[in-house]
Amino acid sequence: MADTETLMPYDEALERFEPVLGLETHVELGTASKMFCGCPTEFGAPPNTQVCPVCLALPGSLPVANAEAIESTIRIGLALNCSIAEWCRFARKNYFYPDMPKNYQISQYDEPLCTDGYLDVVVDGRTVRIEIERVHLEEDTGKSTHVGGSTGRIHGADYSIVDYNRAGIPLVEIVTKPIAGTDTLAPEVARAYVTELRELVRTLGVSDVRMEEGSMRCDVNVSLMPRGSSEWGTRTETKNVNSLRSVERAVRGEIERQAAILADGGRITQETRHFHEETGRTTSGRSKEEAQDYRYFPEPDLLPIAPDREWVAALKAALPELPSVRRSRLQAEWGVSDLDMAAMHNADAIELVEATVAAGAPAADARKWWMGELARRANEAGTALAELSITPAEVARVTELVASGALNDKLARQVLEGVLAGEGSPDDVVAKRGLQIVNDEGELSAIIDKVLADNADAADKVRSGKVAAVGALVGGVMKASRGKADAARARELILEKLGVS
Amino acid sequence: MSAITRDEVAHLARLSRLALADEELDHFAAQLDQIVGAVARVAEVAADDIPPSSHALPLTNVFRPDEIRPSLAPEQALSGAPAVEDDRFRVPRILGEEA
Ligand SMILES: [Zn+2]
Repeated sequence: MADTETLMPYDEALERFEPVLGLETHVELGTASKMFCGCPTEFGAPPNTQVCPVCLALPGSLPVANAEAIESTIRIGLALNCSIAEWCRFARKNYFYPDMPKNYQISQYDEPLCTDGYLDVVVDGRTVRIEIERVHLEEDTGKSTHVGGSTGRIHGADYSIVDYNRAGIPLVEIVTKPIAGTDTLAPEVARAYVTELRELVRTLGVSDVRMEEGSMRCDVNVSLMPRGSSEWGTRTETKNVNSLRSVERAVRGEIERQAAILADGGRITQETRHFHEETGRTTSGRSKEEAQDYRYFPEPDLLPIAPDREWVAALKAALPELPSVRRSRLQAEWGVSDLDMAAMHNADAIELVEATVAAGAPAADARKWWMGELARRANEAGTALAELSITPAEVARVTELVASGALNDKLARQVLEGVLAGEGSPDDVVAKRGLQIVNDEGELSAIIDKVLADNADAADKVRSGKVAAVGALVGGVMKASRGKADAARARELILEKLGVS
Repeated sequence: MSAITRDEVAHLARLSRLALADEELDHFAAQLDQIVGAVARVAEVAADDIPPSSHALPLTNVFRPDEIRPSLAPEQALSGAPAVEDDRFRVPRILGEEA
């Protein structure tokens, strides 16, 4: 890569500099039709099958705003504690680039629909308030593929081919105010904010917020200033960071890069940078110093939006329970610590635990299995918990089998393994693998007799009052029964047989 | 207000990808001149007490319901494109070699 740079180790960078962040997040709304025309918005349709005269900018066509998209944007603004404009307009953002057939994008400029809100996130037990500058509505661009050249990138390509299916899909842009004072937590704060925002938007049901499909995209602004300084440094903007993990890595990587340059007496160029998923590094894109003038002006083809106050109040009253409120409620219901709740949140396990509890499992058991054995298996397989091929109802059934004494924890793990391997429901796996606990007292008694005979020394110790030695005998019974014995009952019977009860 | 020249119309036509005949250039030059003149009259009445406006009609909140309408078939959509590849609009190189 052309600009391989030296980096300053993160801890050293943070000893010398303080980071200031800014995040711009784009969310594609999940409306059935596009923002200004009736074309469908389905992801992955064959190229140029979801286009019409309006979104292709053919002469004589006129845009009309999608009511649902306006409402969704206002709901996002309300959920972010924003003020909703009493009157605002769309604006033309003029630029010459083939991803917009009009040569401008319909966006909002100095009159955004929502302003001045906030979103609280919790990082490391500390609540950080992220101030929201604005939430505005615009249209997405088409998708270009660059042909020729060696890398498939725009630089060096011979030409490009464009699919306008995505052009005109409603896009909400959520912009934070500068986030200062996060110190060493900056990368985690950035990630926590995007995570919380994604959850919030998903709860509102206005977008599927799939970062891997691009329906949620993040631009990350980072600048550094020397410790103790009050003057912010020059910032860079890293574009299209497309996973939560990448948000964190992009902030961290940019801090390390900028710190090395500044410490070396250099200056930061205000520019757009591209994030590379494989390396976690950014490379220089176009420089903002030659920034274009977008010649914004009010969109003459669309009428102003003047949201009725009663309507806004009704939308606010009808907001669903927001994620942070819901988490507090569930934490109280489940009686878990802040730490355990944060761990479940980070593992994306809250919904799964909630559904498992709804299917009849005690909260402690549901949490134990999802955060223990299942988290371990997801980690091994390198997938998200929710991607495991087991349902909350199946996990609830396993907890029920354990509670009834039909399974112990060891057998339950084997049942989970069977379900994950596609062997059927928990009951199917129990039947097929023969995993029932040995409840037949006669069978258990026979196993114990054999174990006592084989371990006469240990048996004598227990007889002579060293009850601790019973552990080895219980272990022997568990082994002899291939884990199917009820350990507690086996212990009782052993003590009984040895006359130590 | 200076008159719109024939060369200016030819330039606009080129930007708009319109092929105009010689007599059309003269015809449109005269028409555009009249239009620019008419618009200039707005500046004469726009005093401080008249708020700027972006639309001629005093309307707000004109929305459409979120309903799908038929799109064009790809061959219709691409019929005006100067070049097509893989059912996509083919456009010339966007950026040069990386500096
Ligand atoms: Zn369309």
